[in-house]
Parts: sequence; C-alpha cells; structure tokens
Amino acid sequence: MELYRSHVLVCGGTGCTSSGCLKIVEKLGEELKKHELEKEVQVVKTGCFGLCEAGPIVIVYPEGAFYSRVKPEDVERIAEEHLLKGRIVTDLLFKDSVEADKIKSIEQVTFYKKQQRIALRNCGIINPESIEEYVAFDGYSALAKVLTEMKPEAVIDVLKRSGLRGRGGGGFPTGMKWEFTAKAQGDQKYVACNADEGDPGAFMDRSVLEGDPHAIVEAMAIAGYAIGADMGYVYIRAEYPIAVSRLQIAINDAKKHGLLGKNIFGTDFNFDLEIRLGAGAFVCGEETALINSIEGKRGMPRPRPPFPAHKGIWNKPTVLNNVETYANIPQIILKGAEWYSSIGTERSKGTKVFALGGKINNTGLVEIPMGTKLRDVIYEIGGGIPKGKAFKAVQTGGPSGGCIPADYLDTEIDYDNLISLGSMMGSGGMIVMDEDNCMVDIARFFLDFTVDESCGKCTPCREGTKRMLEILEEITNGRGTLEDIDKLEKLAKTIKSASLCGLGQTAPNPVLSTLKYFRHEYEAHVIHKKCPAGACQALLEYIVIADICKKCGICATKCPVGCIDGVKGKEVYFINQDRCIKCGACMGACPFKAIKKG
Amino acid sequence: MKSIQELEKMRQETLEKVNLRRDRKGTRIVVGMATCGISAGARPVLMALLEEVKKRGLEDVTVTQTGCIGVCRLEPMIEVYKEGEEKTTYVEVTAEKVKKILLDHIVNGKVVYEYTIGAYEK
Repeated sequence: MELYRSHVLVCGGTGCTSSGCLKIVEKLGEELKKHELEKEVQVVKTGCFGLCEAGPIVIVYPEGAFYSRVKPEDVERIAEEHLLKGRIVTDLLFKDSVEADKIKSIEQVTFYKKQQRIALRNCGIINPESIEEYVAFDGYSALAKVLTEMKPEAVIDVLKRSGLRGRGGGGFPTGMKWEFTAKAQGDQKYVACNADEGDPGAFMDRSVLEGDPHAIVEAMAIAGYAIGADMGYVYIRAEYPIAVSRLQIAINDAKKHGLLGKNIFGTDFNFDLEIRLGAGAFVCGEETALINSIEGKRGMPRPRPPFPAHKGIWNKPTVLNNVETYANIPQIILKGAEWYSSIGTERSKGTKVFALGGKINNTGLVEIPMGTKLRDVIYEIGGGIPKGKAFKAVQTGGPSGGCIPADYLDTEIDYDNLISLGSMMGSGGMIVMDEDNCMVDIARFFLDFTVDESCGKCTPCREGTKRMLEILEEITNGRGTLEDIDKLEKLAKTIKSASLCGLGQTAPNPVLSTLKYFRHEYEAHVIHKKCPAGACQALLEYIVIADICKKCGICATKCPVGCIDGVKGKEVYFINQDRCIKCGACMGACPFKAIKKG
Repeated sequence: MKSIQELEKMRQETLEKVNLRRDRKGTRIVVGMATCGISAGARPVLMALLEEVKKRGLEDVTVTQTGCIGVCRLEPMIEVYKEGEEKTTYVEVTAEKVKKILLDHIVNGKVVYEYTIGAYEK
C-alpha cells in the first residue's frame, strides 16, 4: 500500500450502487489519470455510510468534505477543483454538513450527531475488501486477545456481563446462548450466522456484511473458541450479491493470512468458515428452518425444544446468532463488558441499528443507543416527515411487528418497551407512516407478505393467515362487516398462540396492533364504507366541488375513461362514479383544486 | 497469522495509510498548489513530502494541498500546522529542503528558521 495525501471514499453499499456509485468510481479513475493524481489520491470503495437518501455519497479526506447525490458529471469538478487545486466544491456538499461556509466534522451533522456506531463502526470508513484496513482499525485484535489471554469461560462471562441480546429480533441474551452451547455434550459443535435478512425494508445485516465483513469472520471465530467449535456457516440470502462476494473475499483473505484455518495465532485453535446461500424464503430466517436449509433440506421449522444449543446443524450443538449481534462482539471483547453495559437502558444494553424508511426525509441506516426516543429517531436523525404531512404511526419489526401511534413517540426504544406497545424490535426495520397511509391497508400488506412466505407446515399459520388476509381484503374493498372485525381479532389470537414457529406466532401482530390503536379506521371502512386516509381505492370517490369549479373542462380532457360530463364555460363538471376508475388524474389536472377525494 | 506481533506489524503498517480518515489531529502540512505553486515546482515538493512521511512512518502527519497562499513569487510554499504551535510558513521549498524541514521541525520540533517567510523578509 502506498501513502496518499488524500483519500476519496465512495460508498459502495447496495443503496449507492443502485444510484450509480460505480460510474462515479470509474469517472474518478479517469479524472485522476487526466490530472496525473493517481499517486497522490486514492479512491476507496467502502460500505454504507447510512445516509442512503443522499446517495451516492463521496467523502474526501483529510478535509472530511461530504459530497452527496453526486452525479457522474460532477466528478470532473470535484477532481479539478478539490483534488487538483484544493478548493472544496461547496455547492455539491451535503447541505447539513456546511455551517457558515465551514465544513462540520461528519459526527456533527444532525443525521450522525445522536448516533453511536458500534456495529457499523467501520462501515463507510474502511475498504471492506482490504483485510489490512480492517486490521488497521483494530481488526482481529479481539480474536488475538481471546486466544492468547482468555479462557473460553471468560469470553462467555464477558458477553453475559455486557448484557448483549440477540439483534435478530428475539432479544435472547447472547452470553447465555453461548453458555448453553458450550455446556452441551457433543463431539462436534458448530457456529452459525443468520444473514437471511428478510423483513421488508430492513437492510442492516446486508450493510454490515457489505461494509465490514471481517467483523463477522472475527466474531464467529471468537464464538468458535468460546463454545468449542472448529467450523462455522454463514447462511446468507443469494439476493445480496455484493454482501456475498465481499464476505467471500474476507473469508479467503483471512485464510490466506492464517486468521482462519489451523493453529490460529500459534495456538491449537482451529476454525474454518463456509458460506451457505439461501434462496430467499422468509421462513429460513427462523433458526430451525435455517438449520434445515444449511443441511440441504427443505427450509421448514421444527418444534423446539430441542433448541439448536443442543441439537442444531447435523443434530450437533450449534450457536446461531444474527449478523448485527456478531458485529458488536469484537468491540465488547476489546473495550470490556462494563463499557458496553454502560450504554443503553436497564434491560437492553448497547446500540441497535435501524433501517429508516417510508415517509421520512433521511431514509437510511442509523445506529442509536438503546433508550433513544422514537421522536428523536424520526424527527432529528430522520429529519421528519416530507412535505409537511402529519405523522401517523411508525411500524417496527416488519411483518412480525406492529404499528406505534403518535401518542407513544416519547417511548424509549428497547426490547421490552416495544413489546409492551404490541410491536417488537425485530431485526430493526422502522417504517414511518403519515396521514396518507391507511392502517387497514398496511395490515393487509403485511398479511399478504406472510401468506406468501408461510411454509405451510402447521395449520394455524397456513390456513389462518390466508383467512385473515381474505377478511382484510373484504374490509378494504368496502364489503366488510363489524362481525368481520371480531372474527379477525379472534383468528389473530388463535394463530398467535397455536403456530409452530416465530413466523406464525408473530404474523398477526400487524393486525392486532392496528386494531388496538386504529380500530376507528377499521370501523370507518365497515360502517361508513370510507377510507379515512384515502388509500383504499375501492372506497374512494372523486367529487367536483361545484362552488369552486370554473367550468374549464381540463379535468374532462384528462380523464382516461371519459367519465366526466359537463359543458365548457357553462356547466359545472360532474364525475360519473360508476365509470370512474379512481386514477386521480382529474384531481392532479384541476388548476383550481376543485376536485376532492374522500 | 502465527503471532500477535505479526498482527501488530500489519496494523502499524496500514494505520499510517488510513490515518487520514480519522479525526483531524496531529500535524498538517499544506502545500500551495494553485497554478503559481504548480508552475514553481510544488508537485515534486508534495511528492517528496509524501515520500519522507512514509519513510519515517510519521503516523500523525497529514500532507494536503490548498490553493494560492498569496505570495506567488515565493512559491513553492508549504504551511505547517502543529498542535499547540503557530502556523509556520516555508517559502521557495525544494525537495531537498523538505528533508530538513521534516527532520528538524516535524520530528525534532525545531523550526528551520532560514527557510521561513520571516527569514526571507529580512
């Protein structure tokens, strides 16, 4: 590696890749060549910076200049002005990163200020394809410390005292899980990593694997030492091609440098790692289904107990953790249990990564200490709701979680608080909804997802979720009755208590939580046949307000089905409801806002 | 990797190369690289600085560039910002002068007065 005077970090996460970062890397290369700067300026493709909304992101060090939404045509100016002449191109900077013409350090930008990056600490800082850079940022020191200074029991003890709980959603104490597996009898044990992230809108595991894959390799080796395993599997979905390829590079490099393999750090500890690709079934994120899938069987859950700690992969004791859980572990080993447990709330320690999406200004990835208020995440870090609309609810936990209404915005985020509100932490999806979102429709959306993804092994989930979806469809189409709401609630409770695995047990949560907080919306659908948010098409009506109509006839010319009658200049226009397809074209076309929906 | 020493060696070797991305601490050497600086020979100076910093393994030193420092007739110019010290401006710098500046000023903390703008003015 050469020494460079300037490093240009380009985000190479999936978000920025889809918004065109590869073209920018290519263009940067050309420009550097043109100005003969290749020996002075290094271009590094990193993992996700978190602020996906402003992507593609380019950060230039040592100045720390934060360029956002960079287009290939901007690259020429950045290269010529900033990299060649040393003049920062102020108008291309992320607007929140400049104050009175001075660049704020990145930690001072509002989006990052309240964040604390532990799991994401290297994302956007190192080149994920360089083992040297990971090592430079203290990589593999935790493994070295564990292997040369600590007994396996001591490692487990540190984890127990740190208070780390499973980040996949369940929140089971990681130290205890490791202890059970360490104590289980078995000639062979396994370490597994659940990277089958499937919640709609959640992408933190992908970002960790894309931005800091060695952290997972290191943490899994530590787990192997703690429980007495010499083999590990990472189960990752094939839909994450960038993550798969970077993880494979990391595994290969670790093997090449003897950080995986035999006699690591000259000790008698051996550990090897393999990737298993998932075909994208949501149920394979459930631990027993995942284990079946690793073994090459059909991905279906089985009853627990026995838990994987006793009978996991090939019926051998297995410790199975989520990607984000692993990403915390090297830091806990290096900085200590006390450091980690000083962050967070009484029963939820450390930080949690959330994928912020939906009706929010700063879509992206945020890592916050447990105990941060929902309000801070949505209004400060997230930058609030776009277009000045009103906040309605935030959905956490994906299809297993629920919707939390505005009254609870001051709730401190931790495992127990979210469960008591009828939602859950889940893997960390956080979808913000505004006044235009219909809560019945949201419940229908998630049920549609679970019906698709139910594996079909147990009846409550297979049949029950399907029936729930049918009822929800009736309601959103205006054919529901009050009895339907009761039936829905009863069905939901039955499925919750009778299903075999976590998928079925949590599938009714979106319905139950919306019934709890937004029952009036359900009732409006069945009693008044109205959708208060104006989202359910079947219940919509576009009406011309006679007093405002200027009889211009623009609406009639825009209507694709010709259902608007009237005489230009003489007669107020009228929409024939029986022929209207509710496309809303007339409303958008009317220059006088004389058409309303309701 | 057979020992912690090996890991530490790799860490140290890479650290100085990625240090730039950490907090802006330590010493900053800024080279004037506007048209005036470049035509007076700022680029060889910059390359010499990078080379020396690398050779000496100076982890907390960043070398960067800026636009026109203002006294174009004295280019190439470099400015040294050391923590707890006032800015030092060196003028008519050459690749040879760079070696002395790095050794005396950056490493040993003694400003090379004869190369500074103050000495030139007298």
